[in-house]
Amino acid sequence: MQIEGTYNYQVVRQFAVMTVVWGVVGMLVGVIIAAQLLWPELNFNVPWFSYGRLRPLHTNAVIFAFGGCALFATSYYVVQRTCHVRLFSDRLAAFTFWGWQAVIVLAAVTLPLGITTSKEYAELEWPIDILIALVWVAYAVVFFGTLYQRKVAHIYVANWFFGAFILTVALLHIVNSAAVPATFWKSYSAYSGAQDAMVQWWYGHNAVGFFLTAGFLGMMYYFIPKQANRPIYSYRLSVVHFWALIFTYMWAGPHHLHYTALPDWAQSLGMLFSLILLAPSWGGMINGIMTLSGAWHKLRTDPILKFLIVSLSFYGIATFEGPMMSIKTVNALSHYTDWTIGHVHGGALGWVGLISMGSIYYLLPRLFGRPEMYSVRLIDVHFWIACVGIVLYIAAMWIAGVMQGLMWRAVGADGTLTYTFVESVKATYPFYAIRLLGGILYLAGMLVMAYNTVKTIAGSRATEPAIPAPAHA
Amino acid sequence: MESLALLIPLSVALVLVIGWVFWRALQGGQFDDLDRPGYALLDDDDAPRAKE
Repeated sequence: MQIEGTYNYQVVRQFAVMTVVWGVVGMLVGVIIAAQLLWPELNFNVPWFSYGRLRPLHTNAVIFAFGGCALFATSYYVVQRTCHVRLFSDRLAAFTFWGWQAVIVLAAVTLPLGITTSKEYAELEWPIDILIALVWVAYAVVFFGTLYQRKVAHIYVANWFFGAFILTVALLHIVNSAAVPATFWKSYSAYSGAQDAMVQWWYGHNAVGFFLTAGFLGMMYYFIPKQANRPIYSYRLSVVHFWALIFTYMWAGPHHLHYTALPDWAQSLGMLFSLILLAPSWGGMINGIMTLSGAWHKLRTDPILKFLIVSLSFYGIATFEGPMMSIKTVNALSHYTDWTIGHVHGGALGWVGLISMGSIYYLLPRLFGRPEMYSVRLIDVHFWIACVGIVLYIAAMWIAGVMQGLMWRAVGADGTLTYTFVESVKATYPFYAIRLLGGILYLAGMLVMAYNTVKTIAGSRATEPAIPAPAHA
Repeated sequence: MESLALLIPLSVALVLVIGWVFWRALQGGQFDDLDRPGYALLDDDDAPRAKE
């Protein structure tokens, strides 16, 4: 295969295909645990199939396997195409692919076995954490090495988002995963008690901010203009969006610890920064959606654009809801209820899921030398099934969450609780059924995508397109 | 809260680093032209092609 003067599409192809594979797996596990909440017998009385072990498997699979592979694929594609240069090192890039897949497989084995640090979204034990750190350093070297060798003077804004995501996740992972190993599969966190909680949610919320937001905004700023064939609404606003977001994100974490042992001022600081974040988030959302200004008709005929634009609507919903839920009085009602689950899935299914699927649909024909996806009609089918699934899911969890919050705080005239906890569980039952239905629909959409992907790839030949001579120096 | 004694200096240091990167990029002319880069993106032809 010709290397000189071509782009490295090989690693992009690998990550793009695995995005689809892990999407199916992660969402399937999600459907299984949603069904377990409805029918607890589905754990079959086997420990490694119990809810407590499968739930972290679901979150790890959708965030780090599905979302992670989508981020690798798109960042490698975007950095090459906007810098007009091949990836810095093919071997290191291949290492990031195989290393990341090894991390995912290790997670899929250890979590059901009950091997966990019990830190949310950082459950993997220390040997896997070290592997993650190695892969991530290689990722940073490949990405920034490519950026450094660029043939275009200007660094396109999407690369700033990808770069910030890579660096911040490295820092978050290393600080939060600091632990003292006891045995090969057991370690103790370097922090304890409320200290540990503070570090954990400093990590946890910034993981949302940088893993699940900044990187996907990088996708947004590349794939929406490309698919719409229109420049971003305001390039100036995109630069302001980037710097405003990364200057203010770091201190939103304490809103996960309202009314706990964390000092009051730290809680209020977390709430304040969360409220500030509404401004850059909505600036970015408006910038993306307004790119279609004057070309709205494209939404009627282009299902990939539907994925990309509707994902931004969910981004707008989630980034309005998040600051609102960080207000202490609202949080007093919403915290520990299913409202939080609804909020997270509005962001995960609606924003992260749809923008990833749209971007992968954009990439697949280009990576496999096809004029377009096997069936454009099926992309449309996927879009509508997914949207109905998301709406059912988040509406069910909103209603369930507010209901739970109101039931838990209800007190009679004599000061005793009106409801027992189990009564709130019983009242939630129908909403768990609706949520399961929403999840099944979303998974069905993903299966349609998998079928479409297989059909697109079948019989195709891998392409490594030539790098064009720099037109605009 | 000893962990805050770690996280606050870390965040302040990070803001300074971000500020420094921003200043360097600004001086390096990255933000001199904020119109053309939006169009330049569309000049890169990555349209899918059928096998030749």
